Amino acid sequence: MLGIVNLGVNNIRSIYYKLEKSKVEYKIVSSPEDFKGISKIILPGVGNFGKAMNRIDELNIREILVDFATNKKIPFLGICLGMQLMTRGSEEAPGVNGLGIVDADTIKFSFEDNSLKIPHVGWNNIILTHENPIYSNVNLDKSVYFTHSFYVVCDRDEDVASKTNYGIDFCSSIRKYNLFGAQFHPEKSHRNGFQIVENFAVIIF
Amino acid sequence: MKLKPRVIPTLLLKGKGLVKGIQFKNHTYIGDPINAVKLFNDLEVDELIFLDITASIEKRTISSVIIEQLADECFMPFTVGGGINKVSQIEELLYAGAEKVSINTSALSNVDFIKEASNNFGSQCIVVSIDVKKNIFGGYNIYSYSGTIKEKISLLDYVKIIQDKGAGEILINSINNEGTQTGLDLLLIKSITDISNIPVIATGGAGNINHLTEAFKQSKASAVAAGSMFVFHGKKRGVLINFISEQERKRIAE
Repeated sequence: MLGIVNLGVNNIRSIYYKLEKSKVEYKIVSSPEDFKGISKIILPGVGNFGKAMNRIDELNIREILVDFATNKKIPFLGICLGMQLMTRGSEEAPGVNGLGIVDADTIKFSFEDNSLKIPHVGWNNIILTHENPIYSNVNLDKSVYFTHSFYVVCDRDEDVASKTNYGIDFCSSIRKYNLFGAQFHPEKSHRNGFQIVENFAVIIF
Repeated sequence: MKLKPRVIPTLLLKGKGLVKGIQFKNHTYIGDPINAVKLFNDLEVDELIFLDITASIEKRTISSVIIEQLADECFMPFTVGGGINKVSQIEELLYAGAEKVSINTSALSNVDFIKEASNNFGSQCIVVSIDVKKNIFGGYNIYSYSGTIKEKISLLDYVKIIQDKGAGEILINSINNEGTQTGLDLLLIKSITDISNIPVIATGGAGNINHLTEAFKQSKASAVAAGSMFVFHGKKRGVLINFISEQERKRIAE
């Protein structure tokens, strides 16, 4: 069963309602007990890194998320802030530990060119660095929707699944075995983008 | 690489119905928001903005029940606004499926609300919307409560303050041009984009593709939003949900 993590600060409805329409079964999880029978996890997120990690600790699900992602190797998809939460930490909340399930850090965009506004908001393209089942049947000529001020820097290039150019080539999605992250919002990137979520939900990894 | 300029239909709500006026007045009912959203979704617009224009005046907040219904039809991001003055309301609207919230009147009465909101949810989902009207000296005054109350603070000072407080985007609206479809106030937009380091959404007056193109050419606006242009057709303003074509999009981005 696919579990969608509800932190209360993320808009999970935009994901689960559309999955429902595509006849995908899911369960909304927000406590350690809820994770029973969960075989895939989506961690959506908008908002502030520190607040979201606090919420994860308040809900007492840090340990179980890490265990499912690293020991049980359950397919795990972090979306937007959800992808950043998979890293060790973020410049948005110095001193706050992320889940640390990918070897990466989250840092803030910084440009001298004033025409490159921050946050990076809008439709941009992703360029895959290697084949990835999560992008099957997705038209990559079409752009996807980004809205973020921080981005993920992976220790190892092989964990970077795609790159996007905005002032710099930054990591717009990650893949490390069972772990996936998307800095953009597939659920807000028209039907073409939502295909990514559907792929994650149906593919056997 | 610069981002493709965004083009955003704006839908005005009065409670549950969709309305459209001219210069913030004479609003007429134009239909059901859910149907409009379904059509815009099929047209694959970049984003949508929903503003409940009587919420602040009636001391209420845009209905999260309606937002939930709209979100279910939306495969793209959208911003909602109308009477938002508490963090709990933002939480409710984001939970209902909105990507961003637009804050206008409450930011003018308490600018620290922007800071509180962006600290809680991140700057990227806090849009500060500013309605301005030209004064007889050629300058601009900010108005709150859907253009009914004149504010004292100077426009450019306010823009700097809201940036410092953590606004993620600015939605700048010309009351004089709104609904007229005669073109955007390019000087106004340029004055804002010149001093801002966050994305600016320009609105008020767009009536055709050339208006959009000149706004992007002559200012550093990241997006143009428009109402009438995308909900009306022809001189008689018959209701017809429409959007620019793929070719027109390319022309704008050139």
